[in-house]
Amino acid sequence: MIELKDIKKGFGDKQVLKGVSATMEAGKVNLIIGSSGSGKTVMMKCIVGLIAVDSGQVLYNEQDFTVMNDQEKKIIRQEIGMLFQGSALFDSMTVEQNVMFPLDMFGMGNYKEKKKRVMECLDRVNLTEAARKFPAEISGGMKKRVGIARAIVLNPKYLFCDEPNSGLDPQTSLLIDKLIKELTVEYNITTVINTHDMNTVMESGDHIIYMFEGLKQWEGSNEDIIFAKDERLNDFIFASDFLRDAKEMRQMEMFRDKNWRDRLKKNDRND
Amino acid sequence: MEFKFFHHFGTYLLMLKGMFSRPENPRMYWKQLMQQSVDIGIGSLGIVFIISLFMGGVTTLQTSYQLVSPIIPKATIAQIVRDTIILEFAPTLTSIVLAGVVGSKIASELGNMRISEQIDALEIMGINTKGYLVLPKILGALLTIPCLVVISGFLGIYGGKLAGTAAGIISNDEFMLGLRQELRVYNIFFALSKSYTFAFIISSVSAYYGYNVQGGALEIGKASTTAVVVSCILILFMDYALSAILL
Repeated sequence: MIELKDIKKGFGDKQVLKGVSATMEAGKVNLIIGSSGSGKTVMMKCIVGLIAVDSGQVLYNEQDFTVMNDQEKKIIRQEIGMLFQGSALFDSMTVEQNVMFPLDMFGMGNYKEKKKRVMECLDRVNLTEAARKFPAEISGGMKKRVGIARAIVLNPKYLFCDEPNSGLDPQTSLLIDKLIKELTVEYNITTVINTHDMNTVMESGDHIIYMFEGLKQWEGSNEDIIFAKDERLNDFIFASDFLRDAKEMRQMEMFRDKNWRDRLKKNDRND
Repeated sequence: MEFKFFHHFGTYLLMLKGMFSRPENPRMYWKQLMQQSVDIGIGSLGIVFIISLFMGGVTTLQTSYQLVSPIIPKATIAQIVRDTIILEFAPTLTSIVLAGVVGSKIASELGNMRISEQIDALEIMGINTKGYLVLPKILGALLTIPCLVVISGFLGIYGGKLAGTAAGIISNDEFMLGLRQELRVYNIFFALSKSYTFAFIISSVSAYYGYNVQGGALEIGKASTTAVVVSCILILFMDYALSAILL
């Protein structure tokens, strides 16, 4: 589990994060969404420690990452896997070498064991046939899958994905979303995804944090989002007529379910 | 302006300090060091070979052109060529060329890794990127550039002999006689001192500009150019400083 407690970050005069608190649970896909400039990328970089926070706490299983020394941070980082927007594969290495790199670096077993683990991961993302290819020889979707294989090779407790669907066609996007969701449940990983993709939001969002101008504007699940009353969130998520129509249809569908009707009545009373 | 200088200098020192930590896996660091040594050393052999031969040849021709007095023995040409190449041309000229070849390669390689988030990916894995990416480059340069300078010295002198004999300026025997006259071993020590200093400048300055690139492809090009320009200026400055101190 990852907990953020009142994290703030500014660059010069511009305050990008103005005090964000949130909890990201294990075995769930946690999404950070928001328009460009809302602070979601900075927030993710603060969580993984690529950017130091100005104040606040980032707790990994109740251990404050922001006050750790380099050696302690290294231990936590070996439990983190990250998929980058551009995949960040090492150009001079083959797909197999890319996935094997973390195992090589941390001396995990002999060559046979490492090779076996690499092939398991590549098999998990359906890429065993591309093992000997270089990143320049494979497609964008395949690069993302290699990135995922590299991220999970050390059996991480935390998986971070920075815009995993950017630049991918809808079908490949669905495939990546499905893969991330499956891995999250399979290995009970705390997954944090930074995305603009509404399909990911609706299909994978177990827990969604909507950021607006450096603050957490809304928090809930992909089911809650259908009946959410926050105007900014609705404008952002259901931006087109098509999506608004889809939302209404989904609302009607969900309203037929008695459990949902009771839940909504309860929410209305609380409001 | 001076604040910018101090900012760069401070960040450069912090980068150097940050390189020293316990390696995650010494074997991987060793592999990286060997890779860098091959890239810098073997990769630059061709250009060093060409410039050294021509540098020696030109030195012989120009020295003989200036030594018109009949009372000066021809062997003196070889002596002057030898000392000029050992003291100045082999370490300085070779290093300036290497600043262009090796320096731009280091800066663009690291810059590209920074822009494509490969450095971030390594950081996330818990790897000290300064130690893993920068230190082997500096050590590789310190290992190979002095060797290249020594090779350049030999080739320069050989090029001088070839040009001298081919143009009929000096005979082979006279040249060999001149080479053996008043050879001071201290000059070789001086040349090696310069080559180590220049190797450190080329690799560390280029790594600094590459490692700290921000932006996109355009910035990688700018960082590469700045790395070469700053390295060349520092090489010339240190050339003067070392000459003033050591000679």
